[in-house]
Amino acid sequence: MARHSKTRTGKRASAKTARRGHAVAMEHRLGAAELRRIAEKIFKLSEADETEVDISAVTSALTRFANNTIHQNVAEQGLTISVRAVVDGRTARASTNKTDDESLRRVTTAALDLARVQPRNPELLPMLGQQKLTKVDRFVAQTAAATPADRARAVTSVCHMADKNKQTTAGIFSTGLAEIALANSRGLFEYYDDTRAEFSVTILEKDSSGWAKATSSRIGDIDPETLARRASEKAAGSRAPREIPAGRYTTILEPAAVLDLVGFLFYDFASTCVADQRSCFTGRMGKKLFGENISIWDDVYHPLQLGPPFDGEGVPRKKVALVERGIPVNLVYSRASAKKAKANPTGHGFSLPSEDGEAPFNLVFAGGNASTEEMIRSTERGLLITRLWYIREVDPYQKILTGMTRDGTFLVENGRVTGAVRNFRFNQSIIEMLSNVEMLGPAVRASGEESFDMVVPAMKVRDFHFSEVTKF
Amino acid sequence: MRGLANSAIEKGLARGATYADARVMDIRHRDVSTKNGQVGRAAEAESLGIGLRVIAHGAWGFASTDRLTRQGIEACAAEAVAIAKASAMAKRHDVVLAPEQSYVDTWQNPFIKDPFRVPIEMQIAVLLRADAEMRKVKGITLAEGSMSFRKIDQLFVSSIGSVIHQVKMQSGAGIVATSFAGEEIQKRSYPNSFGGQHMLRGYELIEELDLVRHAPRVAEECVALHSAAPCPEGQHTIILDSSQFGLQIHESIGHPIELDRVLGMEANFAGMSFLTLDKLNSLRYGSDIVNVVADARLAHGPGLGTFGYDDEGVPAQCTPIISNGLFTGYLTNRETAAAIGQSRSNGTMRTEGWNRLPIIRMTNISILPGDRKFEDLIASTDDGIYMETNRSWSIDDRRYHFQFSTEIGWEIKNGKRGRMIKTPSYSGITTEFWNSCDAICSRDYWTLWGTPNCGKGQPMQTMGTGHGASPARFRNVKVGIALSK
Repeated sequence: MARHSKTRTGKRASAKTARRGHAVAMEHRLGAAELRRIAEKIFKLSEADETEVDISAVTSALTRFANNTIHQNVAEQGLTISVRAVVDGRTARASTNKTDDESLRRVTTAALDLARVQPRNPELLPMLGQQKLTKVDRFVAQTAAATPADRARAVTSVCHMADKNKQTTAGIFSTGLAEIALANSRGLFEYYDDTRAEFSVTILEKDSSGWAKATSSRIGDIDPETLARRASEKAAGSRAPREIPAGRYTTILEPAAVLDLVGFLFYDFASTCVADQRSCFTGRMGKKLFGENISIWDDVYHPLQLGPPFDGEGVPRKKVALVERGIPVNLVYSRASAKKAKANPTGHGFSLPSEDGEAPFNLVFAGGNASTEEMIRSTERGLLITRLWYIREVDPYQKILTGMTRDGTFLVENGRVTGAVRNFRFNQSIIEMLSNVEMLGPAVRASGEESFDMVVPAMKVRDFHFSEVTKF
Repeated sequence: MRGLANSAIEKGLARGATYADARVMDIRHRDVSTKNGQVGRAAEAESLGIGLRVIAHGAWGFASTDRLTRQGIEACAAEAVAIAKASAMAKRHDVVLAPEQSYVDTWQNPFIKDPFRVPIEMQIAVLLRADAEMRKVKGITLAEGSMSFRKIDQLFVSSIGSVIHQVKMQSGAGIVATSFAGEEIQKRSYPNSFGGQHMLRGYELIEELDLVRHAPRVAEECVALHSAAPCPEGQHTIILDSSQFGLQIHESIGHPIELDRVLGMEANFAGMSFLTLDKLNSLRYGSDIVNVVADARLAHGPGLGTFGYDDEGVPAQCTPIISNGLFTGYLTNRETAAAIGQSRSNGTMRTEGWNRLPIIRMTNISILPGDRKFEDLIASTDDGIYMETNRSWSIDDRRYHFQFSTEIGWEIKNGKRGRMIKTPSYSGITTEFWNSCDAICSRDYWTLWGTPNCGKGQPMQTMGTGHGASPARFRNVKVGIALSK
């Protein structure tokens, strides 16, 4: 994959950012000690029975390009301090981004005042004391130190490539760092920071387009030129799309397309969602639902994942097997939903108060060994899909989703790609789709636009239901 | 506020910017929700910061900060100008802005009751009463309610001399009943799905919605949906209620008329538009009775797209978008108006907050009322389906092909509303659909709906938009494909 290969340009940019931009990154990085200092200030101000402080600090920048030029170029820096007060079995939250003493006093009082007028919550548990966390290291100084000039150089290079190919490009290159700290008056203090780099590129021709995207904590893993070349090849390959009839097709979904579909399953794995009887797993736990080749975990510790190793109440996240060989076997739990279900918390709870409970945000699908080329070679007639768009749920229990194909939809005939076709609308049950998977590629970190990033494979699926065709 | 904004402008100009504008925004939120008899969310939040936009070396730069100190503003200005200079590395031409006057003004939307002064326990009590009413109905497995309030106090200052202070107060609320039975989840919402109704009004909006009174009906319809008939498949006449019609306008008119999308600036994420420049004043978008405006003026109503000035200092305007079926206008800003040779922006630059760059957004994109009574519309329909309250929505990235489903529908046979239909859906091609519109209800049935969750831009910005609509009829529309086998 592109993120593991480095062109000369990518290497140069990374080395330069490391030298010149380090001071900028350190200026914006507050660090655990500073966030702890803010939290302790609030504990001194608070008159609540228990107090929790959740602080997040973000520094990010994004260079946006279209029509082979940079047209938007932005940076932001911000801090949010969120205080939860508990008094007499009642709880509420107030937040601010102001750090002066008066504002901290006001937000602390506001949380308490809000809590006092709440009905008592019988499910509220005492706050946790200090927890033992598994260390994760996802802060990369080179990423944090990237400058506007670094991003502009990479983008300029992609724009020149598009010019040379007589194509038009649009996309983004963003870099940033995030810090979060969770502390409470029972002595818990947890801190996490990470960096993120993202490059997304669309290449357009008169009647076609292609797309590629990658994200990583390491800017050195992002290779804009390789991604742009892939998008360019897709745009060139999808010229003059033919209209073929809607229907059921054997379909090869690239990882980004898989991600955006299976991403709609994530909240169904929440214990609260099942208890509320709005999950597609309600009444189906322990029963064969998907094909034998489908296994899914939530695993924040996976090397291709990002995210903190603790949840909204500070519970250490566990790796949870959600689906084993097609059978949904476990859900994820917050402390409150675990108590109700007589299970153990898994470290997936949202910040309180929350009616939604919990969710897994680090899904990892078991992959296979098939390359996309092998999937194509083994297909007599089918479709190859780059990316999906505007996906929405039509039926929550059968998990029927609708959406469109986009930026590279190809016809496969007799084991090879024979041209492009006009984009389709699909109406497809994800349960049925995951029962019809014939081949799996290696699981990779995929990034789309409809779901958060996950580790998923490309899939070859039989009888995928395309219901209508659009005009391009 | 003003001192901070002026300082940012001065420091930007001193570092080489040829134009600068700053927005200081102080945003306050309150969110409350209930679920099955318990409080879900009870939270307040505030956020204060500044965003500075500059042109330097002929290119744009933007930086934002919540460090509102002398050093913080200095660093923000330095970063904005440095970013603009980096942008200039890949520029094709210098940024050109359509001319605009400077304004010194204040504006605030009217409201009667400040929702932040209404005790939160009173707001929770209303939601819990509606929740209890819904759960009295046998078969309801989940009852939910929510209210949200937002106050935006913002100051815009620009290097051409504008100083504009605006205060916007926004309120919204809704309830949802859900029922799981057999292998089916059904849902009914009031007054609209996905958060209810939202407007630039005070707590009086919530009182008028009267959530508690509507709760039993919502719950009863939800349970009844389990035994309703499935949606037929085929070509049918459909009548949309005003809330679903509002979303149809949003997706198949509001987005394609955004000129930044037409010019390719959103191609990587939100997509482009079928409304290429050659279609202006030549495309027959809809039938003769279709008249659509983009109207941000208070005279149009207190919608989520109502303001005094947009976020680059252009006064609120009313732009004809579709006139007697003919496509007549895009949504523009100062840069894109100049790019297509128009003399002035029609004022649609909006930002989610102090930390986001303003981009072209819908204001209130509304269809003008027709002349029909709703009862007459039903009575004059021999065979059709009446569809109410959105359940799902999707449209392609050039805004040609759409598919919607609604929570509930009813058959219309021989001019009378008949049996209930579950998960009705319809799909089509935008211009074919709008040209099939043959009746629109009058002002008496017209509602200015608020869509609080419109996403666009990179980084993503969520914006509230307004859509005035009354029920309308469309002929020969494809229905039922969403759940077809």
